[in-house]
Amino acid sequence: MNTLINGIFKRDMALAFRQRSELAQPLMFLLMVITLFPLGIGPGPVTLQKIGPGVIWIAAILASLLAMERLFRDDFWDGSLEQYMLSGQSVAAIAAVKVLVHWLVSFLPLALFSPLLALFLNLTVDMYIALMLTLVLGTPLLSLVGAIAVGLTVGLQRGGVLLALLLIPVFIPLLIFATSAVDSAALQLPYRAQLAIIGAMLMLAMASAPFAIAYALKVSQN
Amino acid sequence: MWKWLHPYAKPERAYQLCVTLQPYFLWPGILCLVAGSIWGLAFAPQDYQQGDSFRIIYIHVPSAILSMSTYVAMAVAALVGTVWQWRTAFMAMIAMAPIGAVVTFIALFTGAAWGKPMWGTWWVWDARLTSELILLFLYLGVIALYGAFEDKQQAGKAAGVMALVGVVNVPIIHYSVEWWNTLHQGATISKFDKPSIAPEMLWPLLIALVGLALFIAAVTVMRMKNEIIRREYHRPWVKDLAARALGGDHAV
Repeated sequence: MNTLINGIFKRDMALAFRQRSELAQPLMFLLMVITLFPLGIGPGPVTLQKIGPGVIWIAAILASLLAMERLFRDDFWDGSLEQYMLSGQSVAAIAAVKVLVHWLVSFLPLALFSPLLALFLNLTVDMYIALMLTLVLGTPLLSLVGAIAVGLTVGLQRGGVLLALLLIPVFIPLLIFATSAVDSAALQLPYRAQLAIIGAMLMLAMASAPFAIAYALKVSQN
Repeated sequence: MWKWLHPYAKPERAYQLCVTLQPYFLWPGILCLVAGSIWGLAFAPQDYQQGDSFRIIYIHVPSAILSMSTYVAMAVAALVGTVWQWRTAFMAMIAMAPIGAVVTFIALFTGAAWGKPMWGTWWVWDARLTSELILLFLYLGVIALYGAFEDKQQAGKAAGVMALVGVVNVPIIHYSVEWWNTLHQGATISKFDKPSIAPEMLWPLLIALVGLALFIAAVTVMRMKNEIIRREYHRPWVKDLAARALGGDHAV
């Protein structure tokens, strides 16, 4: 079991780093979406600070939808997903590893990017710390819940827009709590409650999502 | 304990059950809906503050309550289908999805029409309005996912997973937007010990609520019959049914 998990982890990491352009594209998309906001709304520092947390989170969700598609796609088309299912090992554990790798390669760079974004949108240091904390707690939730829908749509020819339609409503609570945490930080108020709720949602997703992903993949594989 | 339920996993038995249940849902449903609406719209007393425009409550509140109940019913059907691998449960689920979406739309539309005279605006980003809108998106997601698959059995399973993900989210969405922003008046009839509505106004509302619930059940049963026939049209029992319906002259 452990060798299999280890092997999948190493293989997925290697694959991800050999397709660097595909890794970089969602990040570039994120950066460009954020550039559009000051251009469209106006570069006033007060306005930017007010909309900043929301803009960063919305851009992160949109970029994650783009990046999410490749989570199971290649494995589905070259048949390795089928082999995982036939291997007799727990598909939930395999799915959990794949989600972990996906988070490491597509969301961790985003967190590293975030100081630049905070600078662009004129966030204060308190707001930036809160933003970082919500990103660290919230993006694994995006990966886990998103993977369920990716598992369901992986066999479809044009799953991209459908994926967004399925996932955006599901991500709304996270957006609300995350931006409200950063807003509280801007007013020097405590924001532990919001972080605690995001953490609770993450725990729930960590406990249940791998099984849902495994079932979804089974449905897609038919 | 649940053994008596198992035969209904067979499409034929489920179809028979639908045929039996339909009149019990349809006629009382239409009766209650008409009675509740007429009583509420014409005979219930005026509101001292909102005048006649409060009367839209007799359509708005039942549809708002039932839009959520229909989603829960849909998710229960999805759970039954996923756990016990019943094809008929997925058929029931997909029969309910468009009905729920329409009821949600009615709740939103009547809410907007009520909001215009009361709040002076068609739409505000208030907690309940927003969660109702998100509920509509969840319904549309389930319907879109179901439509994306060629193989309808696979489609049912996939849409079922999404319905279950949605139902876990409904309370989270509800409370998150509640804390986020609230302008909507508090619930009127959920406090059963002492409702904040006069009994003359409450009775037609409850009748309209029961009526709409029965009507939704009736339409669900009708859609489910349709779905069973569409999936099983090559089976002998459906051919027999068609032959009997046509009087036996033109056997299929």
